[in-house]
Amino acid sequence: MLKKLRVVISLLFFILTGFIFIDLGNWLSSTLVNKIVFLQFFPSLLKFLNILSFFTCGFIIIILITIVFGRVYCSTVCPLGTLQDIISYLSGKFRRFRIYRINSFSLPSNRLRYTILVITFFTIPAGSLVISLLDPYSNFGRIVANLFRPVYISGNDLLAVILERLGWYGLSRIGLKHIDPGSLLFAFFVFVVIAALSVSKGRLFCNTICPAGSFLGLLSRFSLFRFVFDEDSCTRCFRCEGSCKSRCIDSDELTIDMSRCVSCFNCIESCPSGGMIYGIKHKPSKKVHNVDLSRRENIKTGIGVLSLISGLSLSAARDSISGSGINTTVPVRKKYPVTPPGSFGIEYFGKSCTACHLCISRCPTRVLQPSVLEYGIEGIFQPFMDYSASYCNFECTVCGNVCPTGAILPVPADEKKQLQLGKSVFVKENCIVEIKKTECGACSEHCPTKAVQMAPYTGKIKIPVINNIICIGCGACEYACPVKPYKAIYVDGNPVHLVAEKPEVKKTEKKKENGDFPF
Amino acid sequence: MERREFFRKSIGAGLAGGLAFFIGRPEKIIGTPYNPDGPLYDLVAVKGGEPELMYEQAIKSLGGIGKFVKKNQTVVVKPNIGWDVTPEKAANTNPKLVAHIIKSCLEAGAKKVYVFDNTCDQWKKCYQNSGIEKAAKNAGAEVVSGNAEGYYHEVKIPKGKKMKKAKVHELVLNSDVFINVPIIKHHSSSDLSLSMKNLMGIVWDRGFWHRNDLHQCIADFSSYCKPTLNIIDGYRIMMKNGPRGVSVEDVNLVKSLIISTDMVAADAAATKIFGSDPEKIDYLRIANEMNIGEINLGKLNINRIKL
Repeated sequence: MLKKLRVVISLLFFILTGFIFIDLGNWLSSTLVNKIVFLQFFPSLLKFLNILSFFTCGFIIIILITIVFGRVYCSTVCPLGTLQDIISYLSGKFRRFRIYRINSFSLPSNRLRYTILVITFFTIPAGSLVISLLDPYSNFGRIVANLFRPVYISGNDLLAVILERLGWYGLSRIGLKHIDPGSLLFAFFVFVVIAALSVSKGRLFCNTICPAGSFLGLLSRFSLFRFVFDEDSCTRCFRCEGSCKSRCIDSDELTIDMSRCVSCFNCIESCPSGGMIYGIKHKPSKKVHNVDLSRRENIKTGIGVLSLISGLSLSAARDSISGSGINTTVPVRKKYPVTPPGSFGIEYFGKSCTACHLCISRCPTRVLQPSVLEYGIEGIFQPFMDYSASYCNFECTVCGNVCPTGAILPVPADEKKQLQLGKSVFVKENCIVEIKKTECGACSEHCPTKAVQMAPYTGKIKIPVINNIICIGCGACEYACPVKPYKAIYVDGNPVHLVAEKPEVKKTEKKKENGDFPF
Repeated sequence: MERREFFRKSIGAGLAGGLAFFIGRPEKIIGTPYNPDGPLYDLVAVKGGEPELMYEQAIKSLGGIGKFVKKNQTVVVKPNIGWDVTPEKAANTNPKLVAHIIKSCLEAGAKKVYVFDNTCDQWKKCYQNSGIEKAAKNAGAEVVSGNAEGYYHEVKIPKGKKMKKAKVHELVLNSDVFINVPIIKHHSSSDLSLSMKNLMGIVWDRGFWHRNDLHQCIADFSSYCKPTLNIIDGYRIMMKNGPRGVSVEDVNLVKSLIISTDMVAADAAATKIFGSDPEKIDYLRIANEMNIGEINLGKLNINRIKL
């Protein structure tokens, strides 16, 4: 019964936490999204360190729950945990994979997991790269956002086309925009590793790599409610050990390593004789030996380096755009990338963002895209404002409203309209007006503050002129600029966001209405 | 899925209209030459009322919407929904006018009325904040996105000088009637955004127009596409900082409306209402030279209605 309850709760969290990344119809408000991610451990911890508010106490609740009940977080709230369980379960249905799964007691990899844990916590003040790469929620987010979302969108569009052929236009097409190969590859790599581990080794990730798991394991070691053998009822059938995903049950010695137990209740479910109990009982835990896993570490590092190298080359590939028609000649070299509105600037953002890609998934204009090297290696996969893909909608504040770690903080719409993310720069040599002497003005057309105006140039045509005091760096000009491959107007990021002045508002003089038609 | 040439459609509509005149025996209007082969007037201009009333008066003087929309036809109404702003900023067509046009088409017996635009800002927000999606749905139209390339199909533009082909939205290609409902506003690139400029919202690649001589492309495309009817919203007019506008201070309440089957004439009239000279607007001048329409309003049979 406890197992069934666990399964239901874990599926609920899994579906909700997954859905926020593929909410194409925008059914969930930002407030609801916040509630769904509230209990995710590392995001909540980071948000607390950033804004020190009562509303970010999700991780404290988890700590308390773990101290009382054990690592139920790992079997219910954590979506990556449930993903592993699902893969495990499905692979069990196929005989081909079943042979890999022989659960039996294994020794803990304490040196590895506590080293990772220490590194993770010590690097928090310096930046979030380690958390970004290891945090289960962020990895889950990247898997859904980069792998599943494009498939989901394609499915939606296919269905939309079918319905349109039948005459119903009610389902709108979404379209795939700018799939980032580096980010996709890394998400795929993580997914393959997680899947392989869960097929053959159960929750190995949770007990060796995952810093949340290792940390909560320190607490669950002393939890109030624990799994213990009822030695009188136990018939030594070994079923519990065989069912344990964490491989922490030693049915020879009748011990359970609570620091690795993820409280999934599989053991109790499997026990035919009531020999396993979950309750408040203390048995002195036997010492378990450490195992040298350096070889495994080296292989993992090697794979990590390889994936980074592939990410590098793919990021280079992304920068070159094929040209057509007249080709502009002056390359655009931005000094700084642009961070989302509400992120204060590159330093604050870089330290707090774990690249879960929730903002990327929910951005209505899809201007937020995963970076590869735009922020350097320490900011890998963190989102940046990609003005070749889109631009920031003038009054939109979605990203700040949903960010789970507080890397992007919520900004009221009025303030956001004056937040200067960057400044626009005009490259006359690339401009159609200069090259072809014909009218264009796409940049000024899209500018929401008219920081880009059209001024008389030669003959009748007009050329862009920028007033950076009112420019908010939203990228509408860069996005709208029609030339290829290099834009004639682009936004260079402000490393620290500034505040633009409000555009001057002049009343329009009303013409004298004399009631006649002018023709 | 047939591609229909607009030339055939407009001549057909004109002939049908003329035939209806013979059968219907309209009254002779004093002082205005009676042309049995076309609409009663080349252009109707109204001022001084609410959008719905101005439209009713104008369409009545053209013989009623039934001249343009027949029973069981599909109609596509293309307003300007380009920008994510509210109606008072006058960057998008007045939703009340759009709703009223839709109702009038349905009353004329149209089987289906579609509404769409290939917006500049994010389309869902444009549709929502402009008020047009809600007004159109309430009036009974099907509101469709213009946002995906798959909706657009390639057509040739034989008379185009700089634009030889374009991808046009399937709703325009497949519907029987195309009603173009722009709003008069200042435009930083093309001086004014009127009915010819509004056609930019039915193609997929607008960047092409900007890259290859914007004014010529506007004229080229108008040589290919002739909407059944152009209804220009001049109720609120954005006088500067167009096409998006910066604040409501950019807007004047003018309370006018123009209807015509000739885009050049309609645009010329709208330009004058705005306060500029049509000959100074390059795409109008070019379109007139290409014989797409008549820029000289003195040559036209115009009904001026003051409410």
